[in-house]
Amino acid sequence: MAQIFPPVADTCVKLAGIAVAVLVVGGLMVAGGAVRSDWLTRVGVAPDQPVPFSHKHHAGELGIDCRYCHDDVERSASAGFPPTKTCMTCHSQLWTNAEALAPVRSSFTTGEPLAWNRVHDLPDYVYFNHSIHVAHGVGCVECHGRIDRMNRVAKVHALYMSWCLDCHRDPAPHLRPPERVFDLDWQPPADARALGSELVARFGIEPANLDSCYVCHR
Amino acid sequence: MTRPVPRLAPLLALILLVAGCDDPMVDQAKYEAYEKAELFPDGKTNQPPVPGTIARGQLDYFATLRQRPPLTRALVERGRERFDIFCVPCHGRTGDGDGMIVRRGFPSPPSYHTERLRNAPTEHFVQVVTNGYGVMYSYADRVPPADRWAIAAYIRALQLSQDFPVARLSDEARSRLEEAR
Ligand code: HEC
Ligand code: HEC
Ligand code: HEC
Ligand code: HEC
Ligand code: HEC
Ligand code: HEC
Repeated sequence: MAQIFPPVADTCVKLAGIAVAVLVVGGLMVAGGAVRSDWLTRVGVAPDQPVPFSHKHHAGELGIDCRYCHDDVERSASAGFPPTKTCMTCHSQLWTNAEALAPVRSSFTTGEPLAWNRVHDLPDYVYFNHSIHVAHGVGCVECHGRIDRMNRVAKVHALYMSWCLDCHRDPAPHLRPPERVFDLDWQPPADARALGSELVARFGIEPANLDSCYVCHR
Repeated sequence: MTRPVPRLAPLLALILLVAGCDDPMVDQAKYEAYEKAELFPDGKTNQPPVPGTIARGQLDYFATLRQRPPLTRALVERGRERFDIFCVPCHGRTGDGDGMIVRRGFPSPPSYHTERLRNAPTEHFVQVVTNGYGVMYSYADRVPPADRWAIAAYIRALQLSQDFPVARLSDEARSRLEEAR
């Protein structure tokens, strides 16, 4: 019987096999990379906001304390978004004709809140609480970066579970005196670990228990 | 040669489905603070209480507001922290009324170091924080009653710092003052 396939077919099949393998492995690698890429995790990507509010201007140049607007951050799980009235404590007198502030003024008269687009949003199956971090010496800057230098807020960490765990298993080098939590300029002393260990002891932080699943998945 | 494809098709479809759909665990059937709430007519998760509601602890709220707390170092220190957050932007660190926001055009508040405000009762400062004053809005939503007393105590300390009779200084402080002169 005559051969159906020419001898070169063997090579073709082998090459095709290699091509499929490369495609599958490569595809998985690209997909894996994409899932962790800034494009999907939105690190460094600031969403559009209804008002061009700038932290660089308000918190940085004007030096307004975070708590003037995020006043819940010390006592509740959520740091909260300021109500329009908070903006109006200043903008009832300042920049009262600015086009950029028109949505603020109309929100104040209608009572319809400004719909800020969220920058950080954990999945609903994760429990997070600001107040305990703030009370026990984790600064805003540890998790949110230099907010006071951002015109539009963007994430600096992807908020992966591994990121939470890295700190929970060894918080000492990340801690600061609680009165420095809102001070984004604070620099740790040369021996950050010594200070951190002292704070771990003072607050009774138990790193051995902080990576238990129920701490964050409850 | 067409057989393996249909057999793989459901699997492929499943993978695409899992990868593509919204994970019901990520966005669960509950409202988080600040999430849009379709259930309520106004679309807000944070619903205001029914008019006339007396909240738990509201009697304490008014009792604290009425009763002046004893003057302690801790009270003044708490007052300093809260003053620096909420009042310094306009009134300035020493209460002169030249804060950063005033320098950017906000109407000037009066200095705390005037005869009238030195002689004003401490309750007056608590009142101003609670109800606002002229173009200054109320800070009642952000400064709870105990903190209003703490701020008032700190304003008293600020006033004293700018108006203290030399004769009442300690010997050490007086000699330092003489040196500085
Ligand atoms: C004058 C009011 C004001 C001050 C002061 C202020 N913020 Fe904000 N903050 C806002 C508003 C309004 C938003 C929502 C709009 C946005 O994301 O920019 C916000 C958003 C944020 C977000 C992002 C929230 C999200 O969507 O995930 C972070 C993080 C944040 N602020 C941290 C800080 C820190 C840290 C400070 C102190 C250095 C601070 N803010 C000071 C008003 C303020
Ligand atoms: C403590 C006072 C204060 C508060 C509170 C405040 N602002 Fe401002 N804001 C200012 C001042 C002062 C300026 C203008 C500064 C200047 O003259 O350079 C300004 C400028 C702006 C501008 C002009 C654009 C820019 O950034 O240059 C926008 C928009 C704005 N604010 C939005 C807001 C919003 C939204 C809020 C509420 C979340 C808010 N502000 C709360 C003091 C305040
Ligand atoms: C340990 C890390 C950590 C620290 C410290 C921290 N944050 Fe956050 N912040 C987060 C995470 C995570 C979220 C997203 C929470 C969610 O989706 O439920 C968030 C969300 C926010 C938001 C959006 C509203 C909300 O509460 O969901 C604001 C505003 C904010 N943070 C401000 C602050 C300020 C101001 C400080 C300092 C006092 C601070 N954060 C300290 C991790 C942190
Ligand atoms: C930079 C360090 C740091 C990071 C990052 C961090 N944490 Fe924490 N976390 C702490 C410390 C410190 C405590 C305080 C523990 C204590 O006092 O017992 C804490 C406490 C907690 C608690 C309360 C534990 C309890 O006993 O009730 C929760 C919940 C929590 N963290 C969730 C998270 C989640 C979720 C993330 C990531 C999105 C995260 N944390 C990221 C340092 C961190
Ligand atoms: C310090 C907080 C924290 C602790 C402790 C923790 N997790 Fe998580 N976990 C998270 C966060 C935050 C996420 C969301 C990560 C994301 O969105 O990428 C998460 C996500 C997950 C997911 C979903 C992963 C995915 O990609 O869909 C699983 C499963 C999970 N955690 C299991 C566990 C188990 C099991 C433990 C205990 C061994 C544990 N977690 C302990 C914070 C924590
Ligand atoms: C946004 C700017 C601003 C902030 C922030 C602010 N004030 Fe004022 N305050 C003013 C102005 C302006 C006046 C003068 C009002 C007028 O006469 O119309 C004033 C007046 C006062 C007076 C004088 C009342 C009188 O009898 O003349 C007191 C006391 C006072 N403020 C206390 C406070 C305290 C306490 C805080 C912090 C909780 C605070 N203010 C925060 C702008 C501000």
